[in-house]
Amino acid sequence: METRLNNEYKILVCQSTGCESSKSDKITQALETQIKQLELSKNVQVKFTGCHGFCQQGPIVIVEPEGVFYTQVKEEDVPEILKSHIVDGKYVERLFYHNPVTGEAISLYKDVPFYSRQQRLILRNCGHINPEKIDDYLATGGYAALKKAIFEMKPPQIIEEITRSGLRGRGGAGFPTGKKWEEAYKAKEQPKYVVCNGDEGDPGAFMDRSVLEADPHSVLEGMAIAGYAIGTPYGYIYVRAEYPLAVKRLRMAIVQAKEQKLMGSNIMGGEFSFDVEIMQGAGAFVCGEGSALMYSIEGKRGMPRVRPPRSVASGLWSKPTSLNNVKTYATVPLIINRGADWFRSIGTEGSKGTAVFAITGKIANSGLIEVPMGTILREVVFDIGGGVQEGKKFKAVQTGGPSGGCLPETLLDLPIDFESLTQAGSMMGSGGMVVMDTDTCMVDLAQFFLKFCSNESCGKCVPCREGLPLMIDIMKKITQGEGEPDDIKRLINLGGTIRSGSLCGLGTTAPNPVLSSIRYFEDEWKAHVIDKICPALVCRSLINFYILPDKCAGCGICARACPVEAISGGKRMIHVIDQEKCIKCATCLEKCPDRFSAVVKVTGEHITVPKEPVPVGT
Amino acid sequence: MTTDLIEQMREILAPFQGRQVILIPALQAVQDKFGYLPEVAMEEIGRIAGLSANVVYGVASFYAQFRTTPIGKKHVAVCQGTACHVRGGARILEAIERAIGIKAGETTPDLQYSLETVACIGACALAPTLRINEDTHGKLTTNEVEQLFPKTARQEEISNS
Repeated sequence: METRLNNEYKILVCQSTGCESSKSDKITQALETQIKQLELSKNVQVKFTGCHGFCQQGPIVIVEPEGVFYTQVKEEDVPEILKSHIVDGKYVERLFYHNPVTGEAISLYKDVPFYSRQQRLILRNCGHINPEKIDDYLATGGYAALKKAIFEMKPPQIIEEITRSGLRGRGGAGFPTGKKWEEAYKAKEQPKYVVCNGDEGDPGAFMDRSVLEADPHSVLEGMAIAGYAIGTPYGYIYVRAEYPLAVKRLRMAIVQAKEQKLMGSNIMGGEFSFDVEIMQGAGAFVCGEGSALMYSIEGKRGMPRVRPPRSVASGLWSKPTSLNNVKTYATVPLIINRGADWFRSIGTEGSKGTAVFAITGKIANSGLIEVPMGTILREVVFDIGGGVQEGKKFKAVQTGGPSGGCLPETLLDLPIDFESLTQAGSMMGSGGMVVMDTDTCMVDLAQFFLKFCSNESCGKCVPCREGLPLMIDIMKKITQGEGEPDDIKRLINLGGTIRSGSLCGLGTTAPNPVLSSIRYFEDEWKAHVIDKICPALVCRSLINFYILPDKCAGCGICARACPVEAISGGKRMIHVIDQEKCIKCATCLEKCPDRFSAVVKVTGEHITVPKEPVPVGT
Repeated sequence: MTTDLIEQMREILAPFQGRQVILIPALQAVQDKFGYLPEVAMEEIGRIAGLSANVVYGVASFYAQFRTTPIGKKHVAVCQGTACHVRGGARILEAIERAIGIKAGETTPDLQYSLETVACIGACALAPTLRINEDTHGKLTTNEVEQLFPKTARQEEISNS
């Protein structure tokens, strides 16, 4: 291959929370310094971008124009990338992505199956533009939709377009966006407010964060269009406090948009004015609920209220308010630019457009993905997600966050859309998708979600505040091997009461993970309650650790590592775990050298071992 | 000392005077500066907002972000979100609790470490994860926990005795 230094190279480095945690900022710095040293500055430009979505392989570096895709790049790899790829025109093969199934090395971004099967609309700019430079966004046609909206369209026309597009709220509930805007538009009271919900509290979800970090202008543009449509200059964006980078980039975006007259008074010289204020959340999951979020902006405790009135009639400061999710706003400019018909052509009858998921857990390719509505779960988990980590067996996939549901293997052919997921006992939610393998205990996991919801309950409705701890008590008993035959029935009853007796989305859906888990994994529940075993070997009261006498070499590593001194032994003695003292932390299992593999974890099984240490070989 | 604190507080809170949305941003500004919310903060913020210190405290105590006790020099936030949970986050937390000798929600008496759990820092691909001040560490194992929190000579002494 010939040297192509006549070429203009662009090196894109992902600098979102995931990759930055893996020190991608150091890579950018190293690239910049070394490009100067090698006097390549004329031909090579370093650009940092937001999230590429393929977080598992981060930090990710893409070299354009070829679109070569480098994964898990370290600072030390920088000289080789510059010397070999840029100067000698020879790609750095060892940094290619390797297909986890076939082992095949893939050099180009567009050929990586993780991307080739996606349709990235909401994530259109993520990973391709520098989120801190408005010119990058403008170069992709940014703010053209806002211009079209305010100079060529009347508010009812915009609302009609959004309604006809079939866009439904991407925050999870799936309320038709056009209908919401229409009601807010028709509301007489002034002032009105446009609010963006970026309080992404679901553990295992980072869709909104990635969009805000990677493409903040798309959200601001969508909000401004909403403001014009419903007739207000006031916008608020509520972002989770745990997302400092998203807040920083939003702030920069607002300043830059104002400088270019794309926000503030008299946008683009016209009559419409619109301003956005950022509000940082303070760590309350329940504030993802609309009415609680608005109370929180007002500086109150974020406790949901009875509806009606709905927030389009009486929202922030009791004024008409249109609240939409980050991804909903990011979709709006696309619909205005390309038309409702185009948007309607994607997705299913009832769910139009695409869905973004943060796919995590025991999955080979953790990351952020976007697929058309109606895509089947199997395709997402196996084709895009690359299947279960370390070749283990798939057990369940959980959608809809902590109050969603766990779906078993038999439902993998379910299409992803609002209705199908709800019918199956889960929900779309805002887009968290957690994959579980056979090492995950469904009872333990249900208990985990329940604890989360109980901790986050605001305490207003008694069934949620008091009922969830009661359910947790029962589940504690079950996981400790003290479950009674009627406990499962009790949980179902209690869950039903909490569901029907709570006001907001948190309470009404909190029992979902337990109920769906019982529905699809009844055998596992019965194993805990009746046989007192934990088939996934997770619940501590139901498992034991033993050191196999015929394998133990008496090296003493486990005994030294045991935090509670439960292992006795000595040099060249077969070690023995004191079952009374053992806290089942699994440290011994982890520390026992692979060549011995003497420690085992079992459930409902007794393994005969010496009472006291005896010499190896006896 | 206290007058000093009040003066500093007033300085931090000056920009909030007369603004509509102030309570939570003001609490955040104070906590950013001090690492926690001293009692006088409730009174000072209440004064600006025209609310009683009780109401301010009521709001502060509702939100997980706000603390009313000082934190350690190294503030450790261990993620216990879903992705971290299924990848063994609970065991990572226990290992840290053993290594620094405090439970989640506590601070060491010498104010070196404070430990809390958080539900998702959004770096799920790196699960299990934790954050020490601003630094995120991912793909943790108990071995790495030992390296991040080396036993001090004093702790060795205690455990040997």
